[in-house]
Amino acid sequence: MRRKLAVFLIITVCFLLQSTLFQMLSIASISPNLLIVVTSSFGFMRGRKEGMWIGFFSGLILDIFFGSVIGFYALIYAYIGYVNGFFRKRFFPDDIKLPLILIAASDFSYNILVYLFLFFLRGRFRIDYYLLNIMLPELVYTILVTIVLYFIILKINKKLEKIEKRRASKFV
Amino acid sequence: MKRRTKRSIPTKYTLLAVTVLCVLVMFASFTLNLSGGPLNTVAGYVFVPMQNGINQVATWVINRADDVVSLQNVQQKNKELQAKVDELTQELNTIKLEQYELDNLRELMELDQKYPSYEKVAARVIGNDGGNWFSTFLIDKGEKDGIEKDMNVIAGSGLVGIVIDTGPNYAKVRSIIDDASNVSGMALSTSDRCIVNGNLVSMNEQRVIGFTDLKCDEDTVKTGEQIVTSHISDKYLEGILIGYVNTIERNSNNLTYSGTIIPAVDFQHLQEVLVIKDKKKTPAD
Repeated sequence: MRRKLAVFLIITVCFLLQSTLFQMLSIASISPNLLIVVTSSFGFMRGRKEGMWIGFFSGLILDIFFGSVIGFYALIYAYIGYVNGFFRKRFFPDDIKLPLILIAASDFSYNILVYLFLFFLRGRFRIDYYLLNIMLPELVYTILVTIVLYFIILKINKKLEKIEKRRASKFV
Repeated sequence: MKRRTKRSIPTKYTLLAVTVLCVLVMFASFTLNLSGGPLNTVAGYVFVPMQNGINQVATWVINRADDVVSLQNVQQKNKELQAKVDELTQELNTIKLEQYELDNLRELMELDQKYPSYEKVAARVIGNDGGNWFSTFLIDKGEKDGIEKDMNVIAGSGLVGIVIDTGPNYAKVRSIIDDASNVSGMALSTSDRCIVNGNLVSMNEQRVIGFTDLKCDEDTVKTGEQIVTSHISDKYLEGILIGYVNTIERNSNNLTYSGTIIPAVDFQHLQEVLVIKDKKKTPAD
């Protein structure tokens, strides 16, 4: 319960920041994707199942407020969380290389999927332009934000796991 | 004593279920044109008040920062504006004369006034699209304030976009610069119609949007021509300024023209918008 509440709060805060503050701080009208960072990092920290659900709900919020159909972003984010879950065994909290690579790959594949389904299928074929002017800038900005945001999420997760362990040991 | 084992469904089946659910909902909302319904209500009450708060604080901070910078520009601007006021006053006088003449003529022809003054509601922009692909945004007025789907949104004198979804206390607006937006427009002086479509590439590169299928005589529509919403559009009210023609060129079919338009609204610094509460009435209604 405590974990669910914490995760809900993290998603809420990131969604709010993403849609308000970071839009004002956008560089060349590009803003970072915080929800991808949350989804991806919970994916590789906590496994496939949790990653999937967190992705699903992050995407659902985006769908409700900014999507044209309900379910599109939810599906993409759910898959991103799920795939990140496969890397749980290779994840060590002190090593930032793997998280950075995973989050970068998640953000990039998210943008590729959005481009394919929402732009390519409508006949916008200039992939080189979109790659250089939308996807890569967002990738760089997201990674910059990740360096801060990831450690916050890591710390919260550690604290939650500590509390859960203490509780579990009480019942032995 | 036998302990009941807690059986859990493997994650891949849950993923499959989620996938099927999402695809079904996507199809349903696409074909039936549904929006979130109860989801909108819940989300509206949870997130919108917080968005409002953050936005007010952030706007205040940015405004204070701007104040310092702008003070230096203001005096310079003041002079320029004073000159402009003089110029415009003169122009206004001429127009007033013409208006008077026009009124007389209309009275003679027993025509109703063509552009009734619409009822408008002011709203504040509280959130922008989280991604970088589209330009939809949220405003802080919703169903409770009488906002409905398909109402036109303007800022200053120019068209901003159209309400595409509503919640109890917020509404979602698609701006005309959105890549998926299409508006039927016409050249003001010649009434030649065209399609104005938002374009992410041209908006990013030159801050312009495109128009296509303009059928007009040679050299009648020039750079600087005003493009307004047309009378055949079924959702946009007639005669709202969209922008000014920036470039225009003849298509290879030699019949139609296409080019770019500079929007009349500054979408970068959009903070307050007006929602027109009158909706376009089509004969079908």
